[in-house]
Amino acid sequence: MNVLSIPILIPLADAEPGNRALTISLFSAVVAVTLYITWWASRQNKTAADYYAGGRSFSGAQNGLAVSGDYMSAASFLGISGQIALFGYDGFLYSIGFLVAWLVALLLIAELLRNSGRFTMADQLAFRMKQKPVRTAAATSTIVVSIFYLLAQMVGAGSLVGLLLGVKSEGLKAAVIVLVGALMIVYVTIGGMKGTTWVQIVKAVLLMAGTVVITFLVLVKFNFNLSDLLGAAADNSGKGEAFLQPGLLYGKDLTGQIDFLSLGLALVLGTAGLPHILIRFYTVPDSQTARRSVQWAIGLIGAFYLMTLALGFGAAALLDTGKGSAVAESKGNVASPLLAESVGGGAGSTGGAILLALIAAVAFATILAVVAGLTLTSASSFAHDLYANVIAKTKPDEKTELRVARFAAIGIGAVSIALAIPAQKLNIAFLVALAFAVAASANLPALLFNLFWKRFNTAGAAWSIYGGLISAVVLVFFSPVVSGTPTSMITDADFSWFPLSNPGIVSIPLGFLFGVLGTFLGRDRSSESRYNELSVRALTGAGAEGPAKH
Amino acid sequence: MDEEMVRERDARAYEAVHEAADFTKLKTRYKNFVVPWTIAFMAWYLAYVACCNWARGFMDHQVVGHINVALIFGLLQFVSTFVIAAVYGRFANRKLDPLASGLNAKYKRERRR
Repeated sequence: MNVLSIPILIPLADAEPGNRALTISLFSAVVAVTLYITWWASRQNKTAADYYAGGRSFSGAQNGLAVSGDYMSAASFLGISGQIALFGYDGFLYSIGFLVAWLVALLLIAELLRNSGRFTMADQLAFRMKQKPVRTAAATSTIVVSIFYLLAQMVGAGSLVGLLLGVKSEGLKAAVIVLVGALMIVYVTIGGMKGTTWVQIVKAVLLMAGTVVITFLVLVKFNFNLSDLLGAAADNSGKGEAFLQPGLLYGKDLTGQIDFLSLGLALVLGTAGLPHILIRFYTVPDSQTARRSVQWAIGLIGAFYLMTLALGFGAAALLDTGKGSAVAESKGNVASPLLAESVGGGAGSTGGAILLALIAAVAFATILAVVAGLTLTSASSFAHDLYANVIAKTKPDEKTELRVARFAAIGIGAVSIALAIPAQKLNIAFLVALAFAVAASANLPALLFNLFWKRFNTAGAAWSIYGGLISAVVLVFFSPVVSGTPTSMITDADFSWFPLSNPGIVSIPLGFLFGVLGTFLGRDRSSESRYNELSVRALTGAGAEGPAKH
Repeated sequence: MDEEMVRERDARAYEAVHEAADFTKLKTRYKNFVVPWTIAFMAWYLAYVACCNWARGFMDHQVVGHINVALIFGLLQFVSTFVIAAVYGRFANRKLDPLASGLNAKYKRERRR
């Protein structure tokens, strides 16, 4: 899925000016619509609850769409179908972990968090802990996870938009990154959570609609016979039945198999600890709506991943995916757009041009919406957790805090633009997987212990967050992802001693272990006194933050 | 009323709800549902991951046409996720929500005392 972030130098072979004009006008339409939404939302933003949590007044279906919008990044839209197009069955494995993960969010996190928090992930922990250390820890991991994720998206945006527009020059790609960054700053500073959520909803609808159309057109070609589609994909891939079986990409030897297990764990446990997903649960009026929004998200995301199966195998069956082909050279990222062109009537046809431009615009909308969600998450955490509760000497009023949040969004946007431009040439594909690993190792243990273990205390929370965060990052730093192999980020040095690319299998248990150790070594039992209050609030919603009244 | 008094009043109300028999019932019902189901879906998912790694022969077996066990196993993960999400929703609507809203009302009454 994260293949997106690999810089791609070859342009679309057939992005002739006619198509490009169409693509650019659709891109502009996406920008115009999202800016209008942002302006409209800004007129309704009055309080902190409006800015951080969209007034807590979204319905289950609306928030379900927004959650799926946040989750289905361009990486999963283009990346997963591309991986299937190139590696067959193994491309499908990511999506299964990504989907099952939502059960953790549904059963253990969403409703309890909605009832017991306010604006950020840290709110929930700070409920019964000492404010400063816990908020600092939670804000650190929130910002780190969001920036990893954000960078992967921004670097991907540069190469992807360049690819879709047929732009080769590095300067123009940098300009695309600046444009995406500037737009995301506008969405977040002006529109807040309400604007960002509506942008997310529009994008999710566009993405689902685009995917349904292409899937339908692919299935028509094979008379809705799945077996024929798979057979054609296997034949055209040149790999035969092996294309339909696990093993082309993962698990070639024992290290690879353990690595795959490690990835699977991070995927399934990471989702419920991703800060930009967690704060979505605050945008609804109550826990019942939070539950319904997760159910909606599971339905939408599941349907989407099932369709990427048809897209991926469709691309494998209908396009040239061999060595040197556009699909292979782009690491699979152009599989979906080229498939759209092919089922629309082929290169040079009007139908093909229209569908290609439509899918490109959907991918563009996807990038914009996801980066906005991530920026909002880190800005909120900076202003609400770090500024208001740690940095400021006296608690600032709401207006000041919101002003800080807006400046933080500009700052985070500027930092990610500055980091993304030089990172374009680096292979930073591992950043999304790393974000999931950190979320699973640092955030999930703290959240679960806080909700279900009375004895858990401030030291335990800080230890599990820092412990999980540091172990995941350190293990990746000393893994073959960063050094020692031809595909590493650094190719001319080797300091890798950790054999796995995915740290989860070690760092997740460590995160839990640090939580236990910190709790007992910290000795402090003052956090127990409000545990009963927290559990009453989490399970019944008594005293939970209500929707904003306008 | 100053902040300290509000805090104490709320704390007493929470404690009263915490002592209520219905709260124990709610907590037990919730845990008795989520613990076994979480263990079940995690085991089911890890079994799938393990089979992709270590049961290739089984996974490669063709069932109908080009559709093999691996694909069916993968699709069943989708089915089980949809089913568990629906079953939990139904359970929560029927067995948890009525207790929770009763306790929520009790909390509001206690606060007014």
